[in-house]
Amino acid sequence: MNLEKIQTENMFLYYGTKMALNDISIKIPEKKVTAFIGPSGCGKSTFLRSLNRMNDLIDGVKIEGKIIVDDINIYGKNIDVVTLRKKIGMVFQRSNPFAKSIYENVAYGPKINGLNDRKQLNEIVETALKNAAIWDEVKDRLGDSALGLSGGQQQRLCIARTLAVNPEIVLMDEPASALDPLSTSKIEELIVQLKENYTIVIVTHNMQQAARISDQTAFFYLGELIEYDKTKKIFTNPDKKQTEDYITGRFG
Amino acid sequence: MIKSFKKNIKGILIEGLTLSSAVVIIAIVVVMVTVIVIGGKNQISWEFLTSFPEDGMTKGGIFPAIYGTALLVIIMSIAAVPFGTITAIYLTEYAKENSIIAKTIRFAVRTLAVIPSIIYGLFGLGFFIKFVGTTMDSTFLGGHLKWGQPNILWASLTMALLTLPVVIVSVEEALKTVPDDLRAASLALGATKWQTIWKVVIPGSISGIMTGTILAVSRGAGEVAPILFTGVAYYVATLPASFSDQFMVLGYHIYVMTTQSANVDKTLPIQFGTTLVLLALTFILNISAIILRYRIRKKKIN
Repeated sequence: MNLEKIQTENMFLYYGTKMALNDISIKIPEKKVTAFIGPSGCGKSTFLRSLNRMNDLIDGVKIEGKIIVDDINIYGKNIDVVTLRKKIGMVFQRSNPFAKSIYENVAYGPKINGLNDRKQLNEIVETALKNAAIWDEVKDRLGDSALGLSGGQQQRLCIARTLAVNPEIVLMDEPASALDPLSTSKIEELIVQLKENYTIVIVTHNMQQAARISDQTAFFYLGELIEYDKTKKIFTNPDKKQTEDYITGRFG
Repeated sequence: MIKSFKKNIKGILIEGLTLSSAVVIIAIVVVMVTVIVIGGKNQISWEFLTSFPEDGMTKGGIFPAIYGTALLVIIMSIAAVPFGTITAIYLTEYAKENSIIAKTIRFAVRTLAVIPSIIYGLFGLGFFIKFVGTTMDSTFLGGHLKWGQPNILWASLTMALLTLPVVIVSVEEALKTVPDDLRAASLALGATKWQTIWKVVIPGSISGIMTGTILAVSRGAGEVAPILFTGVAYYVATLPASFSDQFMVLGYHIYVMTTQSANVDKTLPIQFGTTLVLLALTFILNISAIILRYRIRKKKIN
Protein backbone atom coordinates (compact mmCIF):
# COMPACT_ATOMS: atom_id res chain seq x y z
CA MET A 1 0.00 0.00 0.00
CA ASN A 2 1.25 3.42 -0.92
CA LEU A 3 0.75 5.86 1.91
CA GLU A 4 2.45 8.74 0.12
CA LYS A 5 -0.22 11.06 -1.16
CA ILE A 6 2.20 13.55 -2.65
CA GLN A 7 5.75 12.91 -3.66
CA THR A 8 8.21 15.20 -5.41
CA GLU A 9 11.41 14.08 -7.05
CA ASN A 10 14.28 16.45 -7.79
CA MET A 11 11.96 19.36 -8.29
CA PHE A 12 13.35 22.73 -9.34
CA LEU A 13 11.42 25.95 -9.85
CA TYR A 14 12.62 29.07 -11.63
CA TYR A 15 11.18 32.58 -11.80
CA GLY A 16 12.63 33.51 -15.18
CA THR A 17 16.29 32.66 -14.68
CA LYS A 18 16.25 32.92 -10.89
CA MET A 19 16.12 29.60 -9.10
CA ALA A 20 13.50 29.66 -6.33
CA LEU A 21 13.36 25.97 -5.40
CA ASN A 22 16.44 23.80 -5.53
CA ASP A 23 16.14 20.05 -5.84
CA ILE A 24 13.16 19.34 -3.60
CA SER A 25 12.38 15.69 -2.92
CA ILE A 26 9.74 15.03 -0.30
CA LYS A 27 7.08 12.46 0.53
CA ILE A 28 3.86 13.72 2.09
CA PRO A 29 1.71 11.07 3.79
CA GLU A 30 -2.03 10.70 3.40
CA LYS A 31 -4.44 12.01 6.05
CA LYS A 32 -1.80 13.73 8.10
CA VAL A 33 -0.96 17.36 8.67
CA THR A 34 2.33 18.34 7.10
CA ALA A 35 3.73 21.76 7.93
CA PHE A 36 6.22 23.80 5.90
CA ILE A 37 8.20 26.27 7.97
CA GLY A 38 11.06 28.63 7.24
CA PRO A 39 11.89 32.33 7.02
CA SER A 40 10.18 34.63 4.50
CA GLY A 41 11.31 34.04 0.95
CA CYS A 42 12.53 30.52 1.65
CA GLY A 43 10.26 29.05 -1.02
CA LYS A 44 7.71 27.31 1.21
CA SER A 45 4.70 29.12 -0.25
CA THR A 46 6.03 28.77 -3.78
CA PHE A 47 6.38 25.05 -3.21
CA LEU A 48 2.86 24.79 -1.79
CA ARG A 49 1.45 26.60 -4.82
CA SER A 50 3.24 24.18 -7.11
CA LEU A 51 1.23 21.31 -5.65
CA ASN A 52 -2.03 22.44 -7.27
CA ARG A 53 -0.34 24.29 -10.12
CA MET A 54 -1.38 27.75 -8.97
CA ASN A 55 2.06 28.91 -10.11
CA ASP A 56 0.84 28.38 -13.66
CA LEU A 57 -0.88 31.75 -13.27
CA ILE A 58 2.44 33.57 -12.84
CA ASP A 59 4.34 34.47 -15.99
CA GLY A 60 7.83 33.09 -16.36
CA VAL A 61 7.59 30.24 -13.84
CA LYS A 62 9.35 27.10 -15.01
CA ILE A 63 9.30 23.79 -13.18
CA GLU A 64 11.61 20.82 -13.61
CA GLY A 65 11.43 17.41 -11.97
CA LYS A 66 8.35 15.53 -10.89
CA ILE A 67 5.46 16.20 -8.56
CA ILE A 68 3.52 12.99 -8.14
CA VAL A 69 0.05 12.90 -6.62
CA ASP A 70 -1.51 9.44 -6.36
CA ASP A 71 1.10 8.01 -8.73
CA ILE A 72 0.44 10.64 -11.41
CA ASN A 73 2.94 13.33 -12.39
CA ILE A 74 0.79 16.46 -12.23
CA TYR A 75 3.17 18.35 -14.49
CA GLY A 76 2.98 15.61 -17.11
CA LYS A 77 1.30 15.96 -20.45
CA ASN A 78 -2.49 15.50 -20.66
CA ILE A 79 -3.04 16.72 -17.11
CA ASP A 80 -6.25 18.71 -16.78
CA VAL A 81 -5.44 21.47 -14.32
CA VAL A 82 -9.10 22.15 -13.62
CA THR A 83 -9.74 18.56 -12.49
CA LEU A 84 -6.49 18.59 -10.54
CA ARG A 85 -7.56 21.65 -8.58
CA LYS A 86 -10.87 20.03 -7.67
CA LYS A 87 -8.89 17.23 -6.08
CA ILE A 88 -6.38 19.56 -4.44
CA GLY A 89 -8.11 22.48 -2.76
CA MET A 90 -6.43 25.60 -1.43
CA VAL A 91 -7.04 28.04 1.40
CA PHE A 92 -5.25 31.36 1.08
CA GLN A 93 -3.46 33.62 3.51
CA ARG A 94 -6.00 36.40 3.23
CA SER A 95 -9.58 35.21 3.43
CA ASN A 96 -11.12 35.83 0.04
CA PRO A 97 -14.86 35.14 0.05
CA PHE A 98 -16.76 36.17 -3.06
CA ALA A 99 -19.10 39.16 -2.85
CA LYS A 100 -22.00 36.74 -2.70
CA SER A 101 -24.12 35.28 0.08
CA ILE A 102 -22.67 32.78 2.55
CA TYR A 103 -24.68 30.04 0.86
CA GLU A 104 -23.57 30.99 -2.65
CA ASN A 105 -19.92 31.06 -1.59
CA VAL A 106 -20.06 27.44 -0.46
CA ALA A 107 -22.28 26.35 -3.35
CA TYR A 108 -19.95 27.98 -5.89
CA GLY A 109 -17.70 24.95 -6.42
CA PRO A 110 -20.48 22.34 -6.74
CA LYS A 111 -22.40 24.67 -9.04
CA ILE A 112 -19.54 25.19 -11.47
CA ASN A 113 -19.28 21.41 -11.57
CA GLY A 114 -22.81 21.40 -12.93
CA LEU A 115 -24.78 20.54 -9.78
CA ASN A 116 -28.06 22.43 -9.76
CA ASP A 117 -30.30 20.26 -7.60
CA ARG A 118 -31.40 22.51 -4.72
CA LYS A 119 -31.75 19.67 -2.22
CA GLN A 120 -28.32 18.22 -2.94
CA LEU A 121 -26.76 21.68 -2.84
CA ASN A 122 -28.40 22.38 0.52
CA GLU A 123 -26.93 19.19 1.92
CA ILE A 124 -23.45 19.92 0.57
CA VAL A 125 -23.50 23.47 1.92
CA GLU A 126 -24.65 22.31 5.35
CA THR A 127 -22.08 19.52 5.55
CA ALA A 128 -19.25 21.76 4.39
CA LEU A 129 -20.16 24.50 6.86
CA LYS A 130 -20.40 21.92 9.67
CA ASN A 131 -17.05 20.41 8.75
CA ALA A 132 -15.53 23.87 8.78
CA ALA A 133 -16.97 24.46 12.27
CA ILE A 134 -18.94 27.54 11.28
CA TRP A 135 -22.45 26.11 10.76
CA ASP A 136 -23.81 27.18 14.15
CA GLU A 137 -22.66 30.75 13.63
CA VAL A 138 -24.18 31.20 10.16
CA LYS A 139 -27.07 28.74 9.86
CA ASP A 140 -29.66 31.46 10.43
CA ARG A 141 -28.23 33.88 7.89
CA LEU A 142 -27.06 31.83 4.93
CA GLY A 143 -28.52 34.44 2.59
CA ASP A 144 -26.47 37.30 4.05
CA SER A 145 -23.38 38.60 2.31
CA ALA A 146 -20.22 36.73 3.23
CA LEU A 147 -18.44 40.07 3.48
CA GLY A 148 -20.35 40.83 6.68
CA LEU A 149 -18.58 38.02 8.57
CA SER A 150 -15.58 38.61 10.83
CA GLY A 151 -12.10 37.79 9.53
CA GLY A 152 -11.96 34.47 11.36
CA GLN A 153 -15.44 33.49 10.19
CA GLN A 154 -14.55 34.46 6.62
CA GLN A 155 -11.53 32.20 6.72
CA ARG A 156 -13.58 29.25 8.02
CA LEU A 157 -16.12 30.01 5.29
CA CYS A 158 -13.30 29.80 2.75
CA ILE A 159 -12.35 26.44 4.22
CA ALA A 160 -15.99 25.32 3.91
CA ARG A 161 -16.01 26.52 0.32
CA THR A 162 -12.93 24.41 -0.37
CA LEU A 163 -14.41 21.35 1.36
CA ALA A 164 -17.65 21.64 -0.63
CA VAL A 165 -15.77 20.56 -3.76
CA ASN A 166 -14.84 17.38 -1.89
CA PRO A 167 -11.07 17.51 -2.38
CA GLU A 168 -8.65 14.87 -1.15
CA ILE A 169 -5.90 17.29 -0.30
CA VAL A 170 -6.23 20.74 1.25
CA LEU A 171 -3.33 23.16 0.87
CA MET A 172 -3.27 26.02 3.33
CA ASP A 173 -1.06 29.05 2.83
CA GLU A 174 -0.63 30.69 6.26
CA PRO A 175 -4.38 30.44 6.84
CA ALA A 176 -4.32 32.04 10.29
CA SER A 177 -1.62 34.66 9.91
CA ALA A 178 -4.08 37.54 9.58
CA LEU A 179 -6.33 36.41 12.45
CA ASP A 180 -6.62 37.16 16.16
CA PRO A 181 -5.55 34.47 18.68
CA LEU A 182 -9.09 33.17 19.32
CA SER A 183 -9.85 32.75 15.62
CA THR A 184 -6.43 31.20 15.14
CA SER A 185 -7.09 28.56 17.77
CA LYS A 186 -10.43 27.74 16.15
CA ILE A 187 -8.73 27.26 12.79
CA GLU A 188 -6.06 25.10 14.40
CA GLU A 189 -8.65 22.86 16.08
CA LEU A 190 -10.39 22.59 12.76
CA ILE A 191 -7.22 21.55 10.92
CA VAL A 192 -6.61 18.75 13.43
CA GLN A 193 -10.18 17.50 12.89
CA LEU A 194 -9.89 17.72 9.13
CA LYS A 195 -6.95 15.35 8.89
CA GLU A 196 -9.32 12.46 9.59
CA ASN A 197 -10.62 12.81 6.07
CA TYR A 198 -8.15 15.01 4.24
CA THR A 199 -4.45 15.27 3.60
CA ILE A 200 -3.45 18.70 4.89
CA VAL A 201 -0.38 20.65 3.86
CA ILE A 202 0.05 23.93 5.68
CA VAL A 203 2.57 26.72 5.31
CA THR A 204 3.09 28.67 8.49
CA HIS A 205 5.54 31.22 9.81
CA ASN A 206 4.35 30.43 13.30
CA MET A 207 6.53 27.68 14.71
CA GLN A 208 4.33 27.03 17.74
CA GLN A 209 1.48 26.49 15.34
CA ALA A 210 3.47 23.94 13.36
CA ALA A 211 4.46 22.21 16.59
CA ARG A 212 0.87 22.13 17.86
CA ILE A 213 -0.97 20.83 14.83
CA SER A 214 1.35 19.02 12.44
CA ASP A 215 2.52 15.43 12.24
CA GLN A 216 5.45 16.14 9.93
CA THR A 217 7.42 19.31 9.51
CA ALA A 218 9.60 20.40 6.63
CA PHE A 219 12.08 23.22 7.11
CA PHE A 220 12.88 25.27 4.03
CA TYR A 221 15.72 27.73 3.72
CA LEU A 222 16.83 29.71 0.65
CA GLY A 223 14.89 27.49 -1.72
CA GLU A 224 16.18 24.24 -0.31
CA LEU A 225 14.50 21.61 1.80
CA ILE A 226 16.91 21.49 4.73
CA GLU A 227 15.21 18.94 6.93
CA TYR A 228 11.98 16.94 6.94
CA ASP A 229 10.89 14.66 9.72
CA LYS A 230 8.33 13.96 12.38
CA THR A 231 7.31 17.27 13.94
CA LYS A 232 8.40 16.12 17.39
CA LYS A 233 11.88 15.30 16.15
CA ILE A 234 12.27 18.59 14.27
CA PHE A 235 11.34 20.62 17.33
CA THR A 236 13.22 18.62 19.94
CA ASN A 237 16.19 17.07 18.27
CA PRO A 238 16.82 18.30 14.72
CA ASP A 239 19.66 16.77 12.75
CA LYS A 240 20.78 19.93 11.00
CA LYS A 241 22.30 22.94 12.68
CA GLN A 242 20.36 25.37 10.46
CA THR A 243 17.09 23.84 11.61
CA GLU A 244 18.09 24.12 15.23
CA ASP A 245 19.17 27.74 14.74
CA TYR A 246 15.83 28.57 13.16
CA ILE A 247 13.55 26.87 15.65
CA THR A 248 15.44 28.32 18.58
CA GLY A 249 15.01 31.77 17.07
CA ARG A 250 18.63 32.46 16.25
CA PHE A 251 17.65 33.68 12.78
CA GLY A 252 14.61 34.09 10.60
CA MET B 1 7.55 87.18 13.86
CA ILE B 2 5.77 89.81 11.84
CA LYS B 3 4.80 88.97 8.30
CA SER B 4 6.09 91.48 5.81
CA PHE B 5 3.35 93.51 4.23
CA LYS B 6 4.63 92.64 0.76
CA LYS B 7 4.49 88.91 1.35
CA ASN B 8 1.06 89.21 2.84
CA ILE B 9 -0.28 91.08 -0.17
CA LYS B 10 1.24 88.52 -2.52
CA GLY B 11 -0.46 85.68 -0.66
CA ILE B 12 -3.82 87.43 -0.74
CA LEU B 13 -3.45 88.18 -4.45
CA ILE B 14 -2.66 84.59 -5.35
CA GLU B 15 -5.50 83.24 -3.28
CA GLY B 16 -7.85 85.80 -4.80
CA LEU B 17 -6.77 84.90 -8.29
CA THR B 18 -7.32 81.16 -7.80
CA LEU B 19 -10.65 81.79 -6.10
CA SER B 20 -11.85 84.06 -8.89
CA SER B 21 -11.11 81.48 -11.58
CA ALA B 22 -13.11 78.98 -9.57
CA VAL B 23 -15.96 81.47 -9.28
CA VAL B 24 -15.88 82.05 -13.05
CA ILE B 25 -16.46 78.34 -13.60
CA ILE B 26 -19.45 78.35 -11.29
CA ALA B 27 -20.77 81.48 -12.99
CA ILE B 28 -20.53 79.90 -16.44
CA VAL B 29 -22.50 76.86 -15.33
CA VAL B 30 -25.11 78.93 -13.52
CA VAL B 31 -25.58 81.38 -16.40
CA MET B 32 -25.76 78.61 -18.99
CA VAL B 33 -28.28 76.51 -17.11
CA THR B 34 -30.34 79.53 -16.02
CA VAL B 35 -30.59 80.96 -19.55
CA ILE B 36 -31.63 77.58 -20.95
CA VAL B 37 -34.12 76.87 -18.18
CA ILE B 38 -35.71 80.33 -18.30
CA GLY B 39 -35.83 80.33 -22.10
CA GLY B 40 -37.17 76.82 -22.39
CA LYS B 41 -39.37 76.20 -19.37
CA ASN B 42 -42.55 77.70 -20.84
CA GLN B 43 -42.08 75.66 -23.95
CA ILE B 44 -42.06 72.32 -22.15
CA SER B 45 -45.43 70.67 -22.13
CA TRP B 46 -46.77 67.20 -22.66
CA GLU B 47 -47.81 68.28 -26.14
CA PHE B 48 -44.34 69.65 -26.98
CA LEU B 49 -42.75 66.35 -25.98
CA THR B 50 -45.24 64.13 -27.80
CA SER B 51 -46.16 65.86 -31.06
CA PHE B 52 -44.54 66.41 -34.45
CA PRO B 53 -43.12 69.72 -35.67
CA GLU B 54 -45.57 71.88 -37.65
CA ASP B 55 -45.44 74.88 -39.98
CA GLY B 56 -41.80 74.53 -41.04
CA MET B 57 -40.80 73.78 -37.42
CA THR B 58 -42.05 77.09 -36.11
CA LYS B 59 -44.75 75.29 -34.14
CA GLY B 60 -45.52 71.89 -32.74
CA GLY B 61 -43.31 69.52 -30.79
CA ILE B 62 -40.11 67.54 -30.98
CA PHE B 63 -41.31 63.99 -30.49
CA PRO B 64 -39.52 62.54 -33.55
CA ALA B 65 -36.22 64.01 -32.33
CA ILE B 66 -36.67 62.49 -28.85
CA TYR B 67 -37.69 59.15 -30.33
CA GLY B 68 -34.79 59.20 -32.81
CA THR B 69 -32.27 60.06 -30.09
CA ALA B 70 -33.55 57.22 -27.91
CA LEU B 71 -33.46 54.71 -30.75
CA LEU B 72 -29.99 55.87 -31.78
CA VAL B 73 -28.50 55.33 -28.32
CA ILE B 74 -30.27 51.99 -27.86
CA ILE B 75 -28.93 50.50 -31.11
CA MET B 76 -25.57 52.10 -30.38
CA SER B 77 -25.43 50.50 -26.91
CA ILE B 78 -26.43 47.08 -28.22
CA ALA B 79 -23.44 47.30 -30.54
CA ALA B 80 -20.88 49.09 -28.38
CA VAL B 81 -21.39 47.61 -24.90
CA PRO B 82 -20.89 43.89 -25.65
CA PHE B 83 -18.09 44.62 -28.10
CA GLY B 84 -16.35 47.00 -25.69
CA THR B 85 -16.84 44.65 -22.73
CA ILE B 86 -15.38 41.72 -24.61
CA THR B 87 -12.38 43.82 -25.64
CA ALA B 88 -11.88 44.93 -22.05
CA ILE B 89 -12.10 41.32 -20.87
CA TYR B 90 -9.45 40.33 -23.37
CA LEU B 91 -7.17 43.15 -22.22
CA THR B 92 -7.48 42.52 -18.48
CA GLU B 93 -8.02 38.76 -18.30
CA TYR B 94 -6.25 37.20 -21.26
CA ALA B 95 -3.60 39.48 -22.77
CA LYS B 96 -0.26 39.64 -21.01
CA GLU B 97 0.25 43.11 -19.59
CA ASN B 98 3.14 44.12 -21.83
CA SER B 99 2.56 41.93 -24.84
CA ILE B 100 2.71 43.56 -28.26
CA ILE B 101 -0.94 42.78 -28.95
CA ALA B 102 -2.14 44.38 -25.70
CA LYS B 103 -0.01 47.46 -26.31
CA THR B 104 -1.31 47.71 -29.86
CA ILE B 105 -4.94 47.45 -28.72
CA ARG B 106 -4.44 50.08 -26.02
CA PHE B 107 -2.76 52.37 -28.54
CA ALA B 108 -5.68 51.86 -30.93
CA VAL B 109 -8.22 52.61 -28.18
CA ARG B 110 -6.38 55.79 -27.20
CA THR B 111 -6.25 56.82 -30.84
CA LEU B 112 -9.98 56.17 -31.30
CA ALA B 113 -10.64 58.35 -28.28
CA VAL B 114 -8.86 61.41 -29.71
CA ILE B 115 -10.10 61.22 -33.29
CA PRO B 116 -12.36 64.24 -33.93
CA SER B 117 -15.99 63.18 -34.12
CA ILE B 118 -16.50 64.60 -37.63
CA ILE B 119 -13.91 62.10 -38.89
CA TYR B 120 -16.05 59.28 -37.46
CA GLY B 121 -18.85 60.70 -39.55
CA LEU B 122 -16.70 60.60 -42.67
CA PHE B 123 -15.56 57.10 -41.83
CA GLY B 124 -19.16 55.97 -41.36
CA LEU B 125 -20.05 57.47 -44.72
CA GLY B 126 -17.12 55.82 -46.49
CA PHE B 127 -17.19 52.46 -44.72
CA PHE B 128 -20.77 51.68 -43.69
CA ILE B 129 -22.68 53.46 -46.46
CA LYS B 130 -20.39 53.47 -49.48
CA PHE B 131 -18.70 50.14 -48.82
CA VAL B 132 -20.88 47.85 -46.68
CA GLY B 133 -24.24 49.30 -47.71
CA THR B 134 -23.48 49.50 -51.41
CA THR B 135 -22.07 45.98 -51.39
CA MET B 136 -25.21 44.71 -49.64
CA ASP B 137 -27.41 46.43 -52.23
CA SER B 138 -25.52 45.05 -55.21
CA THR B 139 -25.24 41.56 -53.70
CA PHE B 140 -28.72 41.01 -52.28
CA LEU B 141 -30.97 43.59 -53.94
CA GLY B 142 -29.59 43.62 -57.47
CA GLY B 143 -28.41 47.18 -57.17
CA HIS B 144 -31.66 48.55 -55.76
CA LEU B 145 -30.70 51.42 -53.44
CA LYS B 146 -31.65 50.58 -49.86
CA TRP B 147 -28.63 50.19 -47.58
CA GLY B 148 -26.20 52.34 -49.57
CA GLN B 149 -27.63 55.55 -48.14
CA PRO B 150 -27.79 57.16 -44.69
CA ASN B 151 -30.00 55.41 -42.16
CA ILE B 152 -30.36 54.83 -38.44
CA LEU B 153 -28.38 51.60 -38.45
CA TRP B 154 -25.26 53.12 -39.99
CA ALA B 155 -25.59 56.20 -37.81
CA SER B 156 -25.87 54.06 -34.66
CA LEU B 157 -22.90 51.90 -35.62
CA THR B 158 -20.82 55.00 -36.36
CA MET B 159 -21.80 56.38 -32.96
CA ALA B 160 -20.92 53.01 -31.41
CA LEU B 161 -17.38 53.35 -32.75
CA LEU B 162 -17.11 56.80 -31.21
CA THR B 163 -18.26 55.62 -27.78
CA LEU B 164 -16.29 52.37 -27.84
CA PRO B 165 -13.21 53.84 -26.09
CA VAL B 166 -15.43 55.13 -23.25
CA VAL B 167 -16.91 51.66 -22.77
CA ILE B 168 -13.58 49.84 -23.03
CA VAL B 169 -11.80 52.12 -20.58
CA SER B 170 -14.54 52.12 -17.94
CA VAL B 171 -15.11 48.36 -18.13
CA GLU B 172 -11.36 47.76 -17.98
CA GLU B 173 -11.10 49.93 -14.87
CA ALA B 174 -14.00 48.03 -13.32
CA LEU B 175 -12.50 44.62 -14.09
CA LYS B 176 -9.23 45.72 -12.53
CA THR B 177 -10.98 46.52 -9.25
CA VAL B 178 -11.87 42.82 -8.81
CA PRO B 179 -9.08 41.53 -6.56
CA ASP B 180 -6.80 38.83 -7.96
CA ASP B 181 -7.43 36.92 -4.72
CA LEU B 182 -10.96 36.20 -5.93
CA ARG B 183 -9.74 34.96 -9.29
CA ALA B 184 -7.27 32.69 -7.48
CA ALA B 185 -10.00 31.43 -5.12
CA SER B 186 -12.24 30.54 -8.03
CA LEU B 187 -9.49 28.80 -9.99
CA ALA B 188 -8.39 26.90 -6.90
CA LEU B 189 -11.94 25.53 -6.61
CA GLY B 190 -11.55 23.97 -10.03
CA ALA B 191 -13.30 26.67 -12.02
CA THR B 192 -12.15 27.24 -15.56
CA LYS B 193 -10.90 30.65 -16.58
CA TRP B 194 -14.15 31.44 -18.37
CA GLN B 195 -16.27 30.31 -15.39
CA THR B 196 -14.15 32.58 -13.21
CA ILE B 197 -14.71 35.54 -15.52
CA TRP B 198 -18.42 34.85 -15.93
CA LYS B 199 -19.30 34.06 -12.30
CA VAL B 200 -16.85 36.16 -10.33
CA VAL B 201 -15.17 38.88 -12.38
CA ILE B 202 -18.15 40.21 -14.37
CA PRO B 203 -20.61 40.20 -11.41
CA GLY B 204 -17.93 41.99 -9.41
CA SER B 205 -17.61 44.73 -11.99
CA ILE B 206 -21.21 45.09 -13.14
CA SER B 207 -21.41 48.61 -11.72
CA GLY B 208 -18.48 49.65 -13.91
CA ILE B 209 -20.04 48.06 -16.97
CA MET B 210 -23.32 49.88 -16.29
CA THR B 211 -21.51 53.15 -15.64
CA GLY B 212 -19.59 52.79 -18.89
CA THR B 213 -22.83 52.14 -20.73
CA ILE B 214 -24.54 55.19 -19.32
CA LEU B 215 -21.56 57.44 -20.00
CA ALA B 216 -21.45 56.15 -23.56
CA VAL B 217 -25.19 56.76 -23.98
CA SER B 218 -24.84 60.23 -22.54
CA ARG B 219 -22.03 61.01 -24.99
CA GLY B 220 -23.94 59.47 -27.89
CA ALA B 221 -27.08 61.43 -27.08
CA GLY B 222 -25.22 64.72 -27.33
CA GLU B 223 -22.96 64.18 -30.35
CA VAL B 224 -24.08 65.32 -33.77
CA ALA B 225 -21.03 65.23 -36.03
CA PRO B 226 -20.78 61.41 -36.45
CA ILE B 227 -24.36 61.12 -37.67
CA LEU B 228 -24.40 64.13 -39.99
CA PHE B 229 -23.49 62.08 -43.05
CA THR B 230 -24.69 58.72 -41.84
CA GLY B 231 -28.38 58.97 -41.06
CA VAL B 232 -29.76 62.04 -39.35
CA ALA B 233 -32.38 64.01 -41.25
CA TYR B 234 -33.47 67.63 -41.28
CA TYR B 235 -37.06 66.52 -41.09
CA VAL B 236 -38.87 63.22 -41.54
CA ALA B 237 -42.62 63.02 -41.45
CA THR B 238 -42.72 59.51 -39.95
CA LEU B 239 -40.89 57.82 -37.13
CA PRO B 240 -38.13 55.40 -38.18
CA ALA B 241 -39.69 51.94 -38.44
CA SER B 242 -36.80 50.04 -39.98
CA PHE B 243 -33.02 50.02 -39.79
CA SER B 244 -32.91 51.56 -43.26
CA ASP B 245 -34.95 54.65 -42.28
CA GLN B 246 -33.58 58.09 -41.59
CA PHE B 247 -34.36 59.77 -38.30
CA MET B 248 -34.29 63.03 -36.34
CA VAL B 249 -32.11 63.80 -33.34
CA LEU B 250 -32.30 66.48 -30.62
CA GLY B 251 -28.81 67.92 -31.14
CA TYR B 252 -29.20 68.17 -34.89
CA HIS B 253 -32.70 69.58 -34.52
CA ILE B 254 -31.28 72.50 -32.55
CA TYR B 255 -28.67 73.05 -35.25
CA VAL B 256 -31.13 73.05 -38.16
CA MET B 257 -33.54 75.35 -36.37
CA THR B 258 -30.82 77.90 -35.63
CA THR B 259 -29.14 77.80 -39.04
CA GLN B 260 -31.42 76.31 -41.67
CA SER B 261 -34.82 77.54 -40.65
CA ALA B 262 -36.66 80.00 -42.88
CA ASN B 263 -37.56 82.05 -39.85
CA VAL B 264 -34.97 81.64 -37.11
CA ASP B 265 -36.58 84.10 -34.73
CA LYS B 266 -39.88 82.30 -34.85
CA THR B 267 -38.27 79.01 -33.91
CA LEU B 268 -36.42 80.53 -30.93
CA PRO B 269 -38.78 79.20 -28.23
CA ILE B 270 -38.57 75.72 -29.74
CA GLN B 271 -34.78 75.98 -29.85
CA PHE B 272 -34.74 76.76 -26.15
CA GLY B 273 -37.21 74.00 -25.41
CA THR B 274 -35.23 71.42 -27.37
CA THR B 275 -31.97 72.51 -25.72
CA LEU B 276 -33.55 72.16 -22.30
CA VAL B 277 -34.77 68.65 -23.14
CA LEU B 278 -31.32 67.62 -24.38
CA LEU B 279 -29.64 69.12 -21.33
CA ALA B 280 -32.11 67.42 -18.98
CA LEU B 281 -31.62 64.11 -20.76
CA THR B 282 -27.83 64.16 -20.35
CA PHE B 283 -28.17 65.31 -16.73
CA ILE B 284 -30.60 62.51 -15.94
CA LEU B 285 -28.31 59.94 -17.56
CA ASN B 286 -25.28 61.13 -15.63
CA ILE B 287 -27.17 61.32 -12.35
CA SER B 288 -28.54 57.81 -12.85
CA ALA B 289 -24.96 56.63 -13.49
CA ILE B 290 -23.93 58.13 -10.17
CA ILE B 291 -26.93 56.70 -8.29
CA LEU B 292 -26.38 53.27 -9.82
CA ARG B 293 -22.73 53.24 -8.81
CA TYR B 294 -23.64 54.34 -5.29
CA ARG B 295 -26.37 51.71 -4.90
CA ILE B 296 -24.22 48.85 -6.10
CA ARG B 297 -21.39 49.94 -3.85
CA LYS B 298 -23.74 50.08 -0.89
CA LYS B 299 -25.12 46.66 -1.72
CA LYS B 300 -21.61 45.27 -1.92
CA ILE B 301 -20.74 46.56 1.54
CA ASN B 302 -23.86 45.08 3.13
